[in-house]
Formats: sequence, C-alpha cells, structure tokens
Amino acid sequence: MNIVIFVANRKQVFFIILNLQAYNLLNRTMSKTLFDKVWDAHVVQHIENGPDVLFIDRHLVHEVTSPVAFLGLKNRGIKVLYPERTFATADHNTPTRNQHLPVKDKLSANQLKALEENSKAHNIPYWGLGHEKNGIVHVIGPENGITLPGATIVCGDSHTSTHGAFGAIAFGIGTSEVEMVLSTQCIMQPKAKSLRINVNGNLSIGVTPKDVALFIISKLTTSGATGYFVEYAGDVFRNMSMEGRMTVCNLSIEMGARGGMIAPDEKTYEYIKGREYTPKGDAWEKAMEYWQTLHTDEDAVFDKEISFDASEIEPMITYGTNPGMGIGIQNGIPQAEAVEGGAATYKKSLQYMAFNEGDAMIGKPIDFVFLGSCTNGRIEDFRAFASIIKGRKKADNVTAWLVPGSHRVEEAIKEEGILDILNQAGFELREPGCSACLAMNDDKIPAGKYAVSTSNRNFEGRQGPGSRTLLASPLVAAAAAVTGKVTDPRELMELQTV
Amino acid sequence: MAYDKFNTLRSSAVPLPIENVDTDQIIPARFLKATERKGFGDNLFRDWRYHPDNTPKEHFVLNNPIYSGKILVGGKNFGSGSSREHAAWAVYDYGFRCVVSSFFADIFRNNCLNIGVLPVQVSAEFLDKIFKAIESNPDSELEISLPEQTITILETGESEGFAINDYKKENMLNGFDDIDYLLNIKKGIQEFAQDTPL
Repeated sequence: MNIVIFVANRKQVFFIILNLQAYNLLNRTMSKTLFDKVWDAHVVQHIENGPDVLFIDRHLVHEVTSPVAFLGLKNRGIKVLYPERTFATADHNTPTRNQHLPVKDKLSANQLKALEENSKAHNIPYWGLGHEKNGIVHVIGPENGITLPGATIVCGDSHTSTHGAFGAIAFGIGTSEVEMVLSTQCIMQPKAKSLRINVNGNLSIGVTPKDVALFIISKLTTSGATGYFVEYAGDVFRNMSMEGRMTVCNLSIEMGARGGMIAPDEKTYEYIKGREYTPKGDAWEKAMEYWQTLHTDEDAVFDKEISFDASEIEPMITYGTNPGMGIGIQNGIPQAEAVEGGAATYKKSLQYMAFNEGDAMIGKPIDFVFLGSCTNGRIEDFRAFASIIKGRKKADNVTAWLVPGSHRVEEAIKEEGILDILNQAGFELREPGCSACLAMNDDKIPAGKYAVSTSNRNFEGRQGPGSRTLLASPLVAAAAAVTGKVTDPRELMELQTV
Repeated sequence: MAYDKFNTLRSSAVPLPIENVDTDQIIPARFLKATERKGFGDNLFRDWRYHPDNTPKEHFVLNNPIYSGKILVGGKNFGSGSSREHAAWAVYDYGFRCVVSSFFADIFRNNCLNIGVLPVQVSAEFLDKIFKAIESNPDSELEISLPEQTITILETGESEGFAINDYKKENMLNGFDDIDYLLNIKKGIQEFAQDTPL
C-alpha cells in the first residue's frame, strides 16, 4: 500500500495515522493468521475480560501428569467425556533397558500401573511398555496420525508444541487442565498474541533444524516469546522435512512461547496420509479442502514479527543453564556485560557449568552423549548421527546413550542398517522413552559430568543432580561422541567427502 | 477441586532474587512420581535446598530462619520450562499463597491460578523495591489485595497495581475452579463436539 504523508501540516499527519489504524483494524477483521483460523474454529464460548472456552480435538496422556487428574474425576464421580479423543502412552519414567521385565523402581511402576488402570476404566487406548505403538508421546502422535492440521492438541507436557509442525494448535497444560480436558474436552485460556518468525535464505552445510531453533532462542532469550503463539514462516521452514519442523516447533516453549506452528503443505499431507488415525476416503477429501485454507492471509497482521537470514546460522551449542544461552560452536562464551539480564544470574550459571567468560567451546572435554528425546529422537536424527560416526569409533572417555523416540523409530534404525553402523562404531541402542532428557528413570548424568545432549533443556540438574548439559544437534552430538570433546561436525563431514 | 478463597493477604515474604527460575529447580523431575497430590512442599527447590546427602544447604533462603511468610518473591521469568503443575503444588504445599515477580512463564502462571496461588506481576522497579525492603528488614510485610488488585510494601506505603482478568479474579475470590464452570456448560460443549470431526 502506498501512503503519501504530508508533513507540512500537523492535522494532516494526525489524519493519516488515524487512517492507518483504521486500515489495520479492518485488516484484522477481514484477514486472519493461521493461528487465528484454528483457534477461532475451536472457541465454544468467549468470556468477556476472561478466557475462551477452547474445544480440544485430541488429548495425549502420559503417566506422570495424569494420575491426579484421574483422581479428580473419581472424586467428582464422572467419566472421561470423549475417550475416543484421548490417547495414553508410557514414556517419562520408563527404563530404556529390559522393558520386558517388571519396572524395578516402585514409584515409577506405581504410576505406570495407575495409567494402565485409569485408561482401562475410562476406555482410553493405552500403549504401555512393550506395545508396538509405545514411545515418546510427541513422537507417537504424528506417527499414528493423531496429529492433524487444524486440530487443537494438548498434553500435560510443555513440548506438546511439537505437533504444531502440522499446522495444529498444540501446547502443554497443567494437571488441572488435564482434568478439564478429560472431563469436558475443553480448557479455559485467553487467546495468546501472535508472533511470526521468518527465516529466509538457505542453511549452510552442517546446520540442522535444531540449530535453527537454538539460534532463534539465543536471539529471543528464554522469555522473549512469552505470551505469544509463534508461526514459523519463510524458505527455511518450507524446505524443511516434517521431522525437522517438529524439532523446531518442539523448542518453541524454550523461548517462552505457548506453542509454535507451521502452515500445512504437500509435505504435511504426504506425511499423514494413510496413518491409522487420519481421516480416510470422503472424510480425507473433505479434510483436505479445509486444510488447504489453513495459511495466514496475505494481509493479516501479527502482534510482533521478527526476521532472520538463514546464512547467519551456524551449528549451535549451549554453554549455560537455560536454552537461550547458546552460541555458534566456533564462538567463545560471551562476557557477562554483553548479555541481557542480570549479571549475577549469568555468573551463577557459568559457575554451575564450571566455564569462564571468553572460553572457547571447541575442544572442551565431555563425558556423555545423549541422542534422543521428543526434540531429536526420530529416524532423521539417527541418520544424521550415523552419517558422522560411520567408519569411526566412539571415544573411550564417552558414555553414549542412544534412545529412539519410539518402537517405530527403533524398527527403522534396524531396517535401514543404522544399527549395524552404530554397533561397528562401538555404540549400543536402547529402548524408547524420554530417558536422560529429564532423568526420571535410571538414565542420569552423574554430578559434575558434561553431556552433549540432543534434548531440549540444559537447566541445572535437569539430566541428573549436578549434571552439566550442552544442548546441540545430532551432528554435533555425533562429532563429540567420536572425538570425546566439543567438535565442529563440519570438520568430520568434510573428511568424509574426501 | 475447589480451592481456598483469596481476598487480602498480609505477610512477610521470602526473597529469591534469581532470574529464570525454572520448574526443574522448583521441583526436580525425580520427585514427580506420586499419584496423589501431597507432600510436594518437602521437595520444593530440592537441589538448591539440600546437599546430595539430604543435609540442608545453610545459605539457601528457605533454610534461613530469618525469612518466612506466605509470599515468595522471585526474579524475572519465574517458572519457565516444564508444564509440571507439581511446581505450583510444591509452592502451595510449602505454605506460599502468592508468588511475586516482574515476569512469569505462561504455563506456571496458569497452573498457579488453577490451584489458588496468586501470581502477582509487578514492574522491575517495584520488584527491586520489594527486594530492598526485605533485605533491610526481613520482617517487612507486603499486603496483597485481590479486590483492589494492589500490592503494598507496608513499611514504606509504596504500592503498585497488578493485572488479573475478571473471570480469574472472581474465581479466586470465591474459590471456584474452571472445571465447575465447564461442567455447567457441558451441554453446549457436547453440541459443539457434534460438529467437530475427530
């Protein structure tokens, strides 16, 4: 739109500004963002100066955040309203070895038993340990076609944002809200503000979706998107695989956002077509018609918009105790003065990590490598890891835990011959689950030890009391696993092409 | 489950002037294994509060007897990370009824509101004043009025307003929860569901 501003006369300037506001207002009423379209289609009731009653299409349940919610239903004497919209799996506290044996930890076993019994009592499909569909809740949702464009999806887990990769509104909720969804299929929340993050251009070699996400979080900080729902747009996300999009959307919560989403396209439809819980026949055709309307209108206005150039992004690694404390792997740890926020908190964080301002990350010795989690536990992540370690050997000083996101991922690892590559390089594969990402099971990084981890959080003690986490991509994790120290994966990639 | 009514709270406060306090610090994952909501207060800030051998870390604020009260005052971006409601339960179970910060993570704020802990967001300047007041006198009292939507440092009389939507305010004043509301409109929800394919 061309606007000519006459600055000669104050009244005229004022007049033009008013017109702009009217134009924006008009735009908002006519044009919608992707987020608006999906949200508005699910509002059962709007409460003035309060929340919206939002209808939830599909609800994922796991053993840790659900028992108290089921207890709430029991106390009220009510049943799950729509069990056919509810899916349960065991993932958070489960062992990653000997899953065929009874779970040794009594409290964990108790939670698993509670979920199994609650699922049975309420007629909810339960994919427990050993079930062919078992796996991390955010891996099995897409695998089974539970995750669909335009759907509202919740789970008592903050990384529910993963499912936004399909153009769904998906976000984590607390246990009180789990109880709300079980009993009424609704939650009550005010609509979030909208933020579009554009990344255009081409990614360099060795730069993965994980690096894109860690880069964005490092720019926005862990609270930079709080109060917003993100739409990722631009070449980089269009060109990204569905699994890559899942990694990016997964990490939305790490910049404080409620969730993140990407408009569905041919890749999305191709991924979901034919999966168990996707619509079939006429229902598929009808759904496709609707899904094709799920994009942000050209003149829709976001509350905030940020753009980055893909060429700025390098393989990333974190050095501190929140996911916003990330840098390009070749860079040094920033000085406290250069960082936004309190210097005291920053220094406390480096002290925990036993790092110093100005230290180079390259060459720092490490003790553990964790490949897995809802962030990077899919087949493409294992392919990437294998591409680096192929023909090399695991470093002697490294303990590596490679944990597939699901049994389906585990099967693919075997079918594609990746397991052989891993074994030849001295690695072993574990059984699926959340594992060392949150260390609720026995997979705990010991105090003081450094882990290069493909998971999502480097908080103090997240991977075990006293553990020190360096978040990175599967490529960076693989490079660390074979060299025993922080290494730029591009060096190893170049070697391989010779 | 309905919860305690919240009207006006006058209490001394416990200061935690650290930014980005995440829910893994508030309650580490290994303490999330209960199937009932009780006893979480014992593990509030577990790894900041206790050594690995379970002896108290004497420098941590919860182990310092000069600080007490029903209000927890935290640095910017309080409650980031995991959606575990256990974090809010731990805060409540320990005895806090209100958390004050200059910025809250979304899910933690929601979880607090859903169990009857009032999150009060103040300006960075006012947060600084609160920390200073407690530093100079650990018995300094704060008064939080939900009807008036104000927080006051009683010693100095300095006061600031805070935001809460009318619906949540009404709920907290009366101890109502969202499930009661939703169950009351269940028929409307079921009609809505009929037009919403799986």
